[in-house]
Amino acid sequence: MAVPRVAVAAGVMDRPAARRRRDRLAHGLFLAASLFGVVALALLLAGVALKGWSALSWTFLTSFPSRFPQQAGIRSAVGGSLWLLVLTGPMVFVWGVGAAIYLEEYARQGRLNRIIQANLSNLAGVPSIVYGLLGLALFVRVLALGRSLLAGALTMTLLLLPLVIVATQEAIRAVPKSLRDGALALGATRWQTVRLVVLPAAMPGILTGMILAVSRGLGETAPLIAIGALAFVAFTPSSPLDPFTVLPIQIFNWTSRPQEAFRELAAAGILVLLGVLLALNGLAAWLRDRAGRGA
Amino acid sequence: MMGVDLKAGAAAGQDLGAEGPVGESGRQAPGPSLSVPGRRRVERPGERAVPLVLALFGLASIGTTAGIVLVLVTEAVAFFRHVPVLEFLTGTRWTPLFVPRNFGVLPLVNGTLLVAAGAALVALPVGLATAVYLSEYAPTRVRRGLKPVLEVLAGVPTVVYGYFALTLVTPALRAVFPSAGVFNAASASLAMAVMILPMVASLSEDAMRAVPDSLRQGAFALGATRLEVATGVVLPAAFSGVAAACLLAVSRAVGETMIVAIAAGATARLTWNPLDSVQTMTGYLVQVSLGDTPHGSVEYQTLFAVGLLLFVMTLFLNLAARAMVGRFRQVYR
Repeated sequence: MAVPRVAVAAGVMDRPAARRRRDRLAHGLFLAASLFGVVALALLLAGVALKGWSALSWTFLTSFPSRFPQQAGIRSAVGGSLWLLVLTGPMVFVWGVGAAIYLEEYARQGRLNRIIQANLSNLAGVPSIVYGLLGLALFVRVLALGRSLLAGALTMTLLLLPLVIVATQEAIRAVPKSLRDGALALGATRWQTVRLVVLPAAMPGILTGMILAVSRGLGETAPLIAIGALAFVAFTPSSPLDPFTVLPIQIFNWTSRPQEAFRELAAAGILVLLGVLLALNGLAAWLRDRAGRGA
Repeated sequence: MMGVDLKAGAAAGQDLGAEGPVGESGRQAPGPSLSVPGRRRVERPGERAVPLVLALFGLASIGTTAGIVLVLVTEAVAFFRHVPVLEFLTGTRWTPLFVPRNFGVLPLVNGTLLVAAGAALVALPVGLATAVYLSEYAPTRVRRGLKPVLEVLAGVPTVVYGYFALTLVTPALRAVFPSAGVFNAASASLAMAVMILPMVASLSEDAMRAVPDSLRQGAFALGATRLEVATGVVLPAAFSGVAAACLLAVSRAVGETMIVAIAAGATARLTWNPLDSVQTMTGYLVQVSLGDTPHGSVEYQTLFAVGLLLFVMTLFLNLAARAMVGRFRQVYR
């Protein structure tokens, strides 16, 4: 009788005590590896908090950037990030949810649908700076929007679209077929079924996906640098065609300067950014929990 | 008779499938022979327009890919009119911003590979060990504590990892290796390892948890320890998913921009010393973007030539990951 391959590979022929010892050792190693991420996160947060806490003040939140660190703040950066959010959010919501509805509720499950799906998963793997190059050539140059908020928002929309489409597809797929059948049996048309039954049932999942996509967008730096968002903006944009900066670019700018005082400002900016992102993630988790309990 | 019935049923089933998940083919086909006199079928406005509009949204995602390829190729072709493709791909000096100009991309590729390899060297073993621990060892309570930490790590913006690399990792590294520069590849690698760690861990864990419990129970019944079950049963069964996770993580590392722009430096050179300052492809893209490059200049076109190379490299890795899942997937019932 042949000894099973698995047994030989794992050294089952050894004495049981040795095998148990090896198992305990591996358990310790795996646990230690799992703590690597925890320690890294703790170090990161502690480092940022220690350096940035003292620079965090009302002046910091309400001042424009400045050559003098003690007068510098993130007013224009926060303004730019908010503008970008307001412009990008509705575009990516309508477009992403629309595409997901088509793929889940209308499209024939054929070749085209498979191509779109494969394309979506590849788009999700394209480096974000490549989207920036697309935005630079298409929106900044060809559509002549310049280095404006609108060009940034359109670039960001393309970047976040795959995330929103995939999250919405999952939410729609989770709606029980019996709900659709019920609506159709009552004489609703397909669009009525989607609009009045499927979408409301899928909405918590869709919103969770939206929030996660938006928080990804708030932290993106590279594509906006590529389209030429400015590092130093001493005003709050007043129209979508104005030049702009965003919080991550401001943080990048301060981090790149050698002076310690600017590093502290960068850390304070990171505290604000992480605070907002954690709040958004908490909101998403809460929505998911609530939906999970069937509320 | 039975055979005919089965065939008919199968055909009907296929039709329903082809009509989409809702499958109301009968109601949607108001052929003239079906209409009942006196009962007018009310066509709701929009019922036909809606799928068309939504289909446009769906197709637009293909438009994004087409746009990326078109833009990159168009500008890169313009660049290759000035610089032969072969010189670009095999040249060993990259000085496009100074005279004498050299357009050999190898130093940038070298920098990218050096930083990504360093990140993979740390993140892949640690991430896999984390995944094995979460999937095979961890009690539920510990799992519930660890998963959110990974989620938070995955949500930290890359510019923050850049700050982490420059202000925390670099000083620590220079304390150990005094020869390390203020900007060096190793520091960027370490921060990047933390960044891709959650991806390796969660995707691999998903693949391992998808392995049916009956396989584990069979091995346990034969007297295997948990380590033997993990390495002898679960890992081989989850191989395709784990390999795909690793490839996707490396692809992320190759395309990552802000960490290297902040911490790796801006010296395009051929080196395998991780303590050297290097420039990656993405780092170069940021460097040029921060300056004011006139549209149509050669500097402007280098953006797209380097971008195209970056896009091709990550696309290759992503496709390899997909092929991995398709090719080695074992189907369990």
